[in-house]
Formats: sequence, C-alpha cells, structure tokens
Amino acid sequence: MDVEVAVVGAGPAGIAAAIMTAEAGRRTVVVDAASLPGGQIWRHRSRGDLPRDARRWLVRLERCGAVILSDATVIDATTAAGAPPTLLLSRHGDAIKIEAQSVIIATGAQERFLPFPGWTTPGVFGLGGMQALVKSGALVGGLRIVLAGSGPLLLPVAALLAARGAHLSVVAEQASPGRMARFVAGLWRHPARLTQAAALRTRFLGTAYRWGTWVERVRPAAAGLSVVLTDGRTRREIACDLAGVGFGLVPATELARLLGCQIQGDRVVVDAGQRTSVPRVFAAGEPTGIAGADAALASGTAAGAAAAGVAAPRSGRRAGRDAAFAAQLAETFALREELRALPEPDTIVCRCEDVRHREFQRGTCARETKLRTRAGMGACQGRICGPMREFLFGAGVEPPRAPLFPTAVAALCSPDAGQSSTRGAP
Amino acid sequence: MIPEVEIVLDGAPVRVPADATLAAALLSVGRMALRRSVDGEPRGALCGMGICFACRVTVDGRTHRRACLEPVRSGMRVTTGD
Amino acid sequence: MAAIPDVLIVGGGIVGVACADALAQDGARVTVLESEFVGAGATAAGMGHIVVMDDSEAQFALTAWSRGLLAGLIDELPADVEHDACGTIWIAVGAAELEEARGKLAFFRARGVVAELLDAAQLREAEPRLRPGLAGGLRVPGDSVVYPPALARWLAARARRAGATIHERVAVERITPDGVMTGNGEFAAPLIVNAAGAHAAVLTPGLPIVPRRGLLAITDRYPKFCRHQLVELGYLQSAHALSDASVAFNVQPRRTGQVLIGSSRELVGWDRVPNRPLLARMLARAVTFMPGLAGMDVIRTWAGFRPATPDKLPLVGPWPDRPGLWIAAGHEGLGITTALGTARLLADLIAGRVPAIDPAPYAAARAAQPVTAA
Repeated sequence: MDVEVAVVGAGPAGIAAAIMTAEAGRRTVVVDAASLPGGQIWRHRSRGDLPRDARRWLVRLERCGAVILSDATVIDATTAAGAPPTLLLSRHGDAIKIEAQSVIIATGAQERFLPFPGWTTPGVFGLGGMQALVKSGALVGGLRIVLAGSGPLLLPVAALLAARGAHLSVVAEQASPGRMARFVAGLWRHPARLTQAAALRTRFLGTAYRWGTWVERVRPAAAGLSVVLTDGRTRREIACDLAGVGFGLVPATELARLLGCQIQGDRVVVDAGQRTSVPRVFAAGEPTGIAGADAALASGTAAGAAAAGVAAPRSGRRAGRDAAFAAQLAETFALREELRALPEPDTIVCRCEDVRHREFQRGTCARETKLRTRAGMGACQGRICGPMREFLFGAGVEPPRAPLFPTAVAALCSPDAGQSSTRGAP
Repeated sequence: MIPEVEIVLDGAPVRVPADATLAAALLSVGRMALRRSVDGEPRGALCGMGICFACRVTVDGRTHRRACLEPVRSGMRVTTGD
Repeated sequence: MAAIPDVLIVGGGIVGVACADALAQDGARVTVLESEFVGAGATAAGMGHIVVMDDSEAQFALTAWSRGLLAGLIDELPADVEHDACGTIWIAVGAAELEEARGKLAFFRARGVVAELLDAAQLREAEPRLRPGLAGGLRVPGDSVVYPPALARWLAARARRAGATIHERVAVERITPDGVMTGNGEFAAPLIVNAAGAHAAVLTPGLPIVPRRGLLAITDRYPKFCRHQLVELGYLQSAHALSDASVAFNVQPRRTGQVLIGSSRELVGWDRVPNRPLLARMLARAVTFMPGLAGMDVIRTWAGFRPATPDKLPLVGPWPDRPGLWIAAGHEGLGITTALGTARLLADLIAGRVPAIDPAPYAAARAAQPVTAA
C-alpha cells in the first residue's frame, strides 16, 4: 500500500492529524489497533456515549477522506536513508506493508503501574483500566470501589464511576496536600482546566478525596477486596468490591524508538512542526509529553499541517502553555519515595513471568536482568513492568524490537512481511 | 433494561450485558479471575486496553484471546483459568 | 601431573566459564575477563540444545563426550537451568532422508548412542502436531535442552567456588607479550585462553572464526504443542553451506510451554538489523512442518552470532604463533553442547594429560597453516 501520510493511532492527536492531511488533499491512512477510532479518552460503543466535540471530530474524520484501518497493529517499521518509511501491520492474522511519504506517530499513552502487596489480585484494575472497562460496557452500579494512585486520571475516572452508579468508598491521591494545593492554586492560569477539575470533583462529592494517601496492600476478602490505605502515619482498611489503582500516564514510544527517533526522558523530541529527529517522521499527542486531549488535538493538527506542507490553522492554543502545564503535572504528581518501599520481597513485579521483587538487583542492566529472571520476556513485552522497574531499580526494559506486539506466525511469514525495504537477501 | 445475551462460561450458561467486551461483561457478573499465572495465582484484567495480556481466555477454542478486546457474542464459549 | 601456572581466560561465555571451572578444579589460579556479563554473547542467544552429532567422527566424539559430562551433572543443576531430557527427533521428509536416518541410526548404534528409527505412523504418534506425509524420523532420547544463561551462571559460580575470579564489564583490547591489555589496564599471566567466541579473531588475527548470524523467534505459552526438539535432516545441508543465507526447520519446546522456532544462517558481519525476508522464510518453513504454528503468537525475535569455522569444528589447543596462548573458540551452533568437553580437553592439554578424545581434529594449530577453501 502506497500512501502519502500514514497516521498511527486514532486518538485525538491522530484524528486531528489525519483530518489535516486528508483535507489538504494528501492520501492518508490511519492505522489503529482498536475496533473504533477514539483512542482511550474517546473510547465508545455508540457515538452517544461521547461529548459533543468528540462526536464532531469523529464525524469530520469520517468525511475527510482518510482511510481508517482498524484492528491493525504496527509491528515493525523501517526508515532507510532517503527511502520512504515503511510500516508493517498485523491485521486479522495477516500482515500489510505500508510505504508512506510521511509517518505521524500518535500512539498515545499507557498507564503506569506500581507493585504493592496484592496488586495482582483479580478485581484490582488500573485507573485507566477501570475507565476502559466501564466504557466497554462494564456495569458498576452499586459496587463499592476504591480508587487510588496518582495523576490526572483519578478525577475523571471517579466522576465516570459515580455517574454510573458506583459507590466510591474513597479516592486517594498519593501527591502530598502541599503539592496538590499548589497545583490547584496554579490552575488560575488555566481557567478551563480549573473548571474541568472542579466539575469532576462535584460528581463524587459524597466521597472522601484524600491527598497524601496511597494503597499499602490489597487482600482478597470474603465478598471482594480489603484495601489498606495509609498516609504514612495511620492506616485505614476498607472493604470493597473493586479497586482501581494507577500512577499516571507514560508516553507510548515503542514505535518512535524503533524508528530511531530521539527520546528525552520518556518522550519523543519534536520541533515546533512536530518533526522528530528522523526525516519524514512526526509525532503528536501524548508520546511528545503527557498533556491531555486538547493539547493532543493541537499538536495533531500541527503535525498534520507540517506533514502536508500547509500552514497550520490558528488555534488560539499556545504550545508553550501546554508544555508548562505538562511540566506542572509532572511535578505535582511525581511519585513519592514511600512507593518505592511498598513491595515486599515476594511481591510480583513482572506479572507475565511471576518475577518477584527480591529477584531484582539495583544496578543490573535491563538485558542481564531479563536473562537472569525472565522479567520482560512475557506477552506484554515489558510494557507493564518496564516503567515500574525504572522507578524501583533504575533500569527498565531493553529497547523495543519487532514485533512490537505479539503477532501470529502466519502474519510474520506472509508475503508483505517477507519483503524488505532495507537490505537483506530475498 | 440493559440488553443481555447468553454465553457459556466454563461450561455453564451465563447471562451477560450484550453490548460489551468480554472482560467488561464478566466484571459485570462478578467474574474477575480469568486465568492463572506462571506460579498458579489467579489473575484478571488490569489495563483494560489490550497491552497487559493479563485478561487472556479461550474463546470458541481459540486461546490467548484478550477479553478486554473481545466483543461479547451470543453463544460464545469461554474457558478461563488457562 | 605438571604444575599449572596462572591462566587468564578471555570471554565469559559458556565455553569460557566451563574452561575456568575445569582449570580451577585442576588447582590453577584462574581469572576470567568478560566484556559484558557472564553468558551475554552467543550463550544467551542460542537454543540451548544438547545434541549428539554424526556429521564427522570428530564432531561425534566431542558432542557425545560432552553430552555425557552434562548427564553426570544433572542432579546438581538448579531449576533455573531448566534441564529437560526431551530428546531430539531428526525428521525425514521423504524416502531419501529416511535412508539418511537409517545411516544415522547405524552410526549412533555402532558408537553406543541410543537411537530409534520412527516410521511415519510412529512419528505422528510421537509428535501429533507434525504435518501428515512425513516419511519418519530418528529419535535420540539422550539429547536434552537447557536454558544456557543459567547453565553458564552455574558453571561460573562453580568456578568461583573452586577459586576462580571472574571480572565482568572488562573489555580485552589486545594480547600483549605478558598478558592482555584491557580498558582497566594490563592483566599479566603466563597462559591466556582465547574463549572470546565470535570475537576471537579480533583478539587473535588469523583465527578462521567469523560470525554467522542466526535468527530465532519465541512464541507465547502453548503447553504440550511439541515434546521433543525437532530438527529436519535437511538442517545439516544448511549448517554445512558457509555461504548464502539458509533456513532449516528447528523447533524446541521450552519448559515454560513456549515454542522456540529456528533456524537460519547467514554471513552479514555483525549486522544487527533484522533480516525480515529471512525471518519470514524461516517461519514459513516451520509452518510447513507444523501447520499449527501459523496461529501462534510470536512474542519476540532476536539474532545471535555463532562463531563459525570453515570445517565446522572448534579450535581447542595451543596457538603456535604466540607461546602461552591457547584457543577455545569457534563452536558454531554447538557451543552449549560442547562446552564441558571443550573445557575438559583444554584442561587436559594444558596439564599435559592424555585427553579422553583425540585432540588432533580440534587443534588450533591446523588453522595456522594455509587452508584450502571448504
């Protein structure tokens, strides 16, 4: 398949980018792993589930002329000097090769998990995980739910669950009261976000929203779970049906790193036109820094404009302000030291291979740790244990390799997979 | 009224919400444990978005199906605990 | 027994640590210099197949002896070595290969290796997931599978207990008149063992060892998909052609229930860029033997670099161009299998003992002479 622009990811950034390039007349394909566009934040079963502006974006995507390849996962990608980038997709057990003049990486973010005793108990989900399940049809009315962890997901997930009739036992944010107070005070610079946050909070006013509080352990209980929360001084044990625990978002950068894009910290480095360090490869949205849906729409538009070679429309947003807000988020919700000490020796760190905390050694490189313990050798390819190992031991997982996702053998030996745009004997 | 369908879960018929993914549907009927880990511990869904692979079940004889991505279908035969 | 002076071993792969262990057990003061961590090179990249080979008398002697040495250690091996006495089945696609299998059977039987011929029906029974229509195979029950990084670590620990010192993250730059020069300064010793695997020729120019890249893919867990290491007899053609990229069917069940799929050979220097077409060919070939693989998920693929020599045999023995320098390298795809025999052979030669097998075919000195192209 030959296209002018390939957009990877159909969340807000990818949608905005594809609309921009397609409406500028460029042949555009959007590759998305989910069955419907929208990414995580606009996950839906029917359009009625979505806020009006999201619906408008989806309608515009439908009409702009871009081809949407859903249920398609990018498993490999190459750029040879001077040649157009190629993407290899796995879709329905087969492989499809796409050669594009430009690639826009809009792969979004994933949740960061941290281990604590009992975190692998069935019924303990992530915050984003709980949100995804509810948006995918999980009925939570009347269920007692504890939400804990950190970051901008906590409030929207609490509001969503409350709206669906869940009984929220408590919402616990690990960031200290001091940091949270400073953050809230600083929101006067971003009035829209302040209003947003306040509105979300009102949806679960009946529930305690505690700062400086985190989950110490979870145990299975007679009817559900028993969650122990602490603020470092006192403990509270709460009986509930489900728990949602997550510690913020991390950019999903595997594809960018596979293509050789420069990474700083955990995000893809881009210029004002959303160009990465690799020619013809752009990045937009969360991979360039966690900043939310509005910033993703803006950077997606900018990336699309740059890829299409047209001027970006004036949006009234300033990239500087988005970056400043992203920095504030990172500082406010930085993980506290106590979280490092939560796991016990037997606490599972790598869930795929049941590697426990005591098996890791600080200072050992990612590859040696993997070979020694099997951590990172499972189906999730280190996506879950990587960020937590970074936090706990100072070393995450190795650089990504193809296939970027578990892929059927049949797809890897299909005709498109068997071609090479670089070197290699046929 | 939430529309429901009947699926076969570990050999027994169960009514679950119709317009849902399998993981969401199973959560709705109180079914959280979906498989066993390497050491035999019970495990269930975590990330909800198809990257953690913790929610894998066998659907209509096909193994390693991520329940959080699998749409519920009337009559689907689901086996957990693999 | 001749007194053994200090020995420096360059390379902490399975061959290097096995040699360290053997020499330390002999009472030598041994130091291993490893540029990354124990087992970081080809040791970590291979299949861990312990296999007796019949492609030459010398290959047989070394693999059979080594296999026996490992068998003697089974009870001591920890669980993470994942030793699995699953055996090998060499698969015959048609009548000609079945005849080859009969030849192999005769060869093994004459040398005391237990093997049994399987006809088509017996093959299907032994491995139900193989496609119908294969002619049969040769089952070698004494072969096994291990997890090489863990075996290497265990041998390293044993060597340490016997008094050896292992320095990791020390890169040897060159051999000097008194020893070796590293990034951390010079290490002196009267004896040096070059066990640097595919890098051995960098240290000792003139060694006919080149990196021969192999690709592998490992699947998610599908327990009981296969029971034996399965290799096509056609593999031997692939392993023997030093030029050209080639693939062969080679599949292994791991203790975890994952299936390891190989194999391929190509000469691309140290290129780590994956060869997608070759990987596709390798997987396609595997699917022709075991159609059930098609729907199985591959979690990871990787490349390893086998230390290859022109005559398929390793170089074990003194290097004539530099007194005090010994070579223990060039094991191609049999490093895991033959590490123990190599170590024992080297220790015997250094000590002046008569080894259990004839050392002549592996003499490093053979490479110092002009070699006709294989």
